[in-house]
Amino acid sequence: MGAGRLYAAVAASGFRRYATYRVATAAGVFTNTVFGLILAYTYIALWDERPGLGGYDQAQAVTYVWIGQGLLSVVAVMGGGFEDEMIERIRTGDIAIDLYRPVDLQAWWLAADAGRAAFQLVGRGVLPMALGGLVFRLALPTDVGTWLAFLVAVLLGVLVSFALRYLVALSAFWFMDGAGVQQLAVLAAIFFSGLTLPLNAFPGALGELARALPWSALMQTPADVLLGERTGSGLLRTYAVQAAWAVALLAVGRLVQSAATRRVVVQGG
Amino acid sequence: MADLRNLRGLRDLRDLRGLRDLKERRDADSGFAPAGRSRLVDGLRAYRLIAWMWIRSTMAYRASFAMTVFGNFAGSALDFVAILLMFSRVDELGGYSLGQVAFLYGLSSAAFGLTDLALGSVDRLGQRVRDGTLDTLLVRPAPVLAQVAADRFALRRLGRITQGLLVLGYALFVVDISWTPLKVLLMPVMVVSGAAIFAAVFVAGAAFQFVAQDASQVTNSFTYGGTTLLQYPPTVFAKDLVRGVTFVLPLAFVNWLPALYVLGLPYPLDLPEWVAFLPPLVATACCALAGIAWRAGLRSYRSTGS
Repeated sequence: MGAGRLYAAVAASGFRRYATYRVATAAGVFTNTVFGLILAYTYIALWDERPGLGGYDQAQAVTYVWIGQGLLSVVAVMGGGFEDEMIERIRTGDIAIDLYRPVDLQAWWLAADAGRAAFQLVGRGVLPMALGGLVFRLALPTDVGTWLAFLVAVLLGVLVSFALRYLVALSAFWFMDGAGVQQLAVLAAIFFSGLTLPLNAFPGALGELARALPWSALMQTPADVLLGERTGSGLLRTYAVQAAWAVALLAVGRLVQSAATRRVVVQGG
Repeated sequence: MADLRNLRGLRDLRDLRGLRDLKERRDADSGFAPAGRSRLVDGLRAYRLIAWMWIRSTMAYRASFAMTVFGNFAGSALDFVAILLMFSRVDELGGYSLGQVAFLYGLSSAAFGLTDLALGSVDRLGQRVRDGTLDTLLVRPAPVLAQVAADRFALRRLGRITQGLLVLGYALFVVDISWTPLKVLLMPVMVVSGAAIFAAVFVAGAAFQFVAQDASQVTNSFTYGGTTLLQYPPTVFAKDLVRGVTFVLPLAFVNWLPALYVLGLPYPLDLPEWVAFLPPLVATACCALAGIAWRAGLRSYRSTGS
């Protein structure tokens, strides 16, 4: 009971923390919109050439772009969430203080990251899509049910994203400098989340692989749900895959964490 | 070890103060800078010393450096992989073949890569304005722009240039171009002018950060967004967008117009053929405007005071 209140408070302050930087948020929305415009035109050219590519029609492909730009910061494809701070705390040794606090380390950072994601869904998710809708005809659903189903998929996507970035942050226990691992993780996320090209437009075996990897839960899956590609039992199967990745990766995170904390040597002096 | 190397760099920087003629310094301080050239020479010298210091400090961690060069290369290569994936499904995009798109891509990436290497650090200016560390740069006897540009000079950005040049090499190999001496001459002119146009965008973006400190992301839309736009054929985009990047923010002169001349393809917007030779002029005008913006920004700077 008390613990629930604590994590809710952490999440709320995560939300407030990101809500403080209004100019930065507006600048982010602007950038998402510009990239959305560029990508949308290239997708239109691509779907002109090959209608129905990946099972999308052209309007769906353009909508996919704006869903992607809206979710980009929510599921932190480019990183930049809690992990920078956690890596810094591991590097400086401050993590030792976190470890003797009477809270769970993973749950603490998850709560903080959930607050961040909630703000970015409101602050950076809605506007780019609205602006995109002014320029292009979007294939957005009109029924509330699909939007709710989408929000559930986004929530699961945030969980998977957190679990992946938590592993990246923990790698700093071994490498000290997290920059290399972080960079590789961001590259994998950009490519395999479907940010550059929808995963169902990937050819052959690469497509199969990309759709099976956990990063597909970040962007491709929520987009498919909103575009009405997953309904009924298909929707439940989709959730099950996302949830399975979230649970498995969070569990690996806990294992790695216990291995890592056994390695902690707090600097003296 | 790294600290020692940094210290040597700092000492070089201190020598700079001694090397400057006292009278000239007084003139510069009182606003009567004797000649533009000496400030330019000063700036380049300061830039070289600071950049060299950062290179030596980076080289203290060679494995990490190698990893970040690879990351820079791969990060930029992903854009091209996306284009390759598109072409695995289609033969043409906007009427352009893969080789022709690769030609545009390579030129855009090479020009942008050069600027990113030389000036990529200026987007940290907003951070410096926010935390007040810009004051440190103002009291040093070297042009502020040179100091900001050379700050944290990142040699890893060679990765992006290399990637762009490799794609350009591939394009030159597969695309059939009827070369003339003029076209051969236009190639290096295009890359250098394109880099200068991007440089103007970077500097103007930095000047904007004096006003809007948290808005460094906006600059990214024009720098990174610009190079992404130019990697695709102009036929893909709406006419108004093409007009905007031709007449308002003249990014079309980085590669589109001169590259289409080299490829012998029709221009967007029915522009006359000679616009392909305008990039050096456009670049000069852009840099002049960016310089004015930078000075206005620097003059408007008020320290945080804390």
